[in-house]
Amino acid sequence: MSDVIVAGWGRTNPARSSLYECANQQSVELVISDVGERGALARGLGRSYGDAAQVSGGKLVGLTGRIISLDPTSGVVIVDAGVSIDELLRYIVPKGWFVPVTPGTRYVTIGGAIAADIHGKNHHRDGSIGAWIESLNLITAVDGFVTVSPASDPQLFWATIGGMGLTGVIMSARIKLIPIDTPLMEVTTQRHNNIDDLMEAMVSKDSDHRYSVAWVDTTVSGSRLGRGVVTWGDHASSERIRVGRGRRVRKYKASQRFSVPEFIGSRRTIRRWNAVAFSEFWFRSAPHSRADELQSIPKFFHPLDAVGNWNRLYGRRGFVQYQFVVPDDRPDVVVTALRCVARERPADFLNVLKRFGDAGDGMLSFPMRGWTLTMDLPVTDGLGQLIHHLDELVMEAGGRIYLAKDGCSSPQVVSAGYPRLNEWRSVRSRVDPDGIFQSDLSRRLEL
Amino acid sequence: MKTSTGEFQTIVLFGGLSEIGLAILDRCVTPATTTVVLACRNVDAGADVATALHNSKNCDVQVVYWDASHLKDHDRWVAQFMTDHGDIDLAVMAAGVLGDQDQCDADPNAVADVLLSNSAGPSVMLSAVAQQMRVQAHGRIVVLSSVAAIRMRAANATYGASKAGLDAFAQGLQERLHASGVELVIVRPGFVRGRMTQGLPPAPFSTTPEHVADAVWRSLQAAPAVVWVPGILRWVFAVLRILPSPIWRRVVK
Repeated sequence: MSDVIVAGWGRTNPARSSLYECANQQSVELVISDVGERGALARGLGRSYGDAAQVSGGKLVGLTGRIISLDPTSGVVIVDAGVSIDELLRYIVPKGWFVPVTPGTRYVTIGGAIAADIHGKNHHRDGSIGAWIESLNLITAVDGFVTVSPASDPQLFWATIGGMGLTGVIMSARIKLIPIDTPLMEVTTQRHNNIDDLMEAMVSKDSDHRYSVAWVDTTVSGSRLGRGVVTWGDHASSERIRVGRGRRVRKYKASQRFSVPEFIGSRRTIRRWNAVAFSEFWFRSAPHSRADELQSIPKFFHPLDAVGNWNRLYGRRGFVQYQFVVPDDRPDVVVTALRCVARERPADFLNVLKRFGDAGDGMLSFPMRGWTLTMDLPVTDGLGQLIHHLDELVMEAGGRIYLAKDGCSSPQVVSAGYPRLNEWRSVRSRVDPDGIFQSDLSRRLEL
Repeated sequence: MKTSTGEFQTIVLFGGLSEIGLAILDRCVTPATTTVVLACRNVDAGADVATALHNSKNCDVQVVYWDASHLKDHDRWVAQFMTDHGDIDLAVMAAGVLGDQDQCDADPNAVADVLLSNSAGPSVMLSAVAQQMRVQAHGRIVVLSSVAAIRMRAANATYGASKAGLDAFAQGLQERLHASGVELVIVRPGFVRGRMTQGLPPAPFSTTPEHVADAVWRSLQAAPAVVWVPGILRWVFAVLRILPSPIWRRVVK
């Protein structure tokens, strides 16, 4: 056990707790057998942005793990919750498999991925990760170690998918992988001068590709509001990259080129002027239209992972990654939100727009059919006001905010956005009547 | 909880009628705030303030009886608070009286009142709040001290001494709370033009409750140990505190 002060990836709200590194089921059970009022929670690599993976004054469970097995015919992998997507990719990509869903960083654990029911650029086609989990092993407060599948206990299963770790400690999972021919991506890029064109392009061409995402510029307004670059991608087939004598290329290399040193974190590096300069550069350096470019998996899926600890660039006060989704028939909210942000002029250059497919079955899962916009906003004095305003726009449109990113929303916004919250609560009170599993997020949002 | 944007969900103000305290609430109660508790002796007057605050901020405002001089009750008060409202995210200690120095000279009981209201009472309560926050491992405490705590003047010797006691206690608490996840900031305003100082001739570098509130809000976003309002008083008092007494007496005359 060690006393630690941890924060989310946004570095906004450090919390002190005791960390218990657990190597097996017994040690987890031992930790949760004696939890005081302040609760316990599993924590992975701390990539959730707000306060989802911290429990101030409580006990944090850290898990180590390994890849237990991979069925080479069906592509089902059994993997411990503490294993990261990074580790998993290094093992499976050379064998011709890929994770069904990856977020923008490969440094998330499988446990965290399930707890947040992560989505990726392929959500419009493949859904979130919950759809690919065949079963999972969970340690709950009441029943101890249980194996849950959608058939055995659909309530508990779908309360755990996207349940933010509050139903118990996820220990391992059976995940269905997708086969890939090569470790390369075939990418199509288009640049559009305003948000309407950008969204129209996404609507018309998303169905042609497995992966789709757009970068949006919030530093411009007026007729250029929401200009951006949309990229579509598909796993490249081996015919496409023409390797000699039928040999398959399966090399996978993912490395961190540079890590931001700690002292940088005391001051905010990202300022309005460099955010504007970056946005201008990023937009102009993108091709108007380009098809069939080959990119590596890290470049296409995890470009930010090339820079370690990039969150330090936001300085001591940190940043909020605000992500919301609004229904398909309310694209106007995306435009209004972009207009609000453009007017406030924050030092913001990382914005991602994506169109989701149908929602999964997770009770607290974030994705739903519609538009999702993500913005990295440095914490400044006016940010609270801006976010409350955005929250209201989202709530009014029947949308919701993403719990894994949240650090400042209110119980009202969350209960309005998640209509199955009460159903989830009843499952939680069945498996954890004494509220052993808590997080700062669950306290703040009164989950 | 405190939010990522530095707002607070549950706020308690000790000295719930304090003008500076209410100015701080005006600044620190945001849409993220769910509960505000005014802890004060005069519950009736508190109710009016609570209604006004509720109307302007649209959050739950409650008035709870609290008498700084009932030293043995503070512990129970905090325990009851926890049962009713859960974690305390921000506690503002603004309780205090100015007292009348002439009356204090004449009546030792008046000295006792000032010391209880400004020093002993707040210190005991701070201790109880700090202990609770240590358990919850997060929380912010704001202690309203005064520049009068730095060097004693004849005109308000008892007030100065009482604030010096509180200030010193808060400094000690700051040390105790180091790396606990709880942060405490000491605020030392100069002469604040307001109800408490009505009729007194304003001193140089005087300030207003609103300025104090702004300084408090800024301090909650960073985490300095001591905040002077206005900021220049830090340097003014760096000199004043070491002035030889004969000169000091002429300065403050």
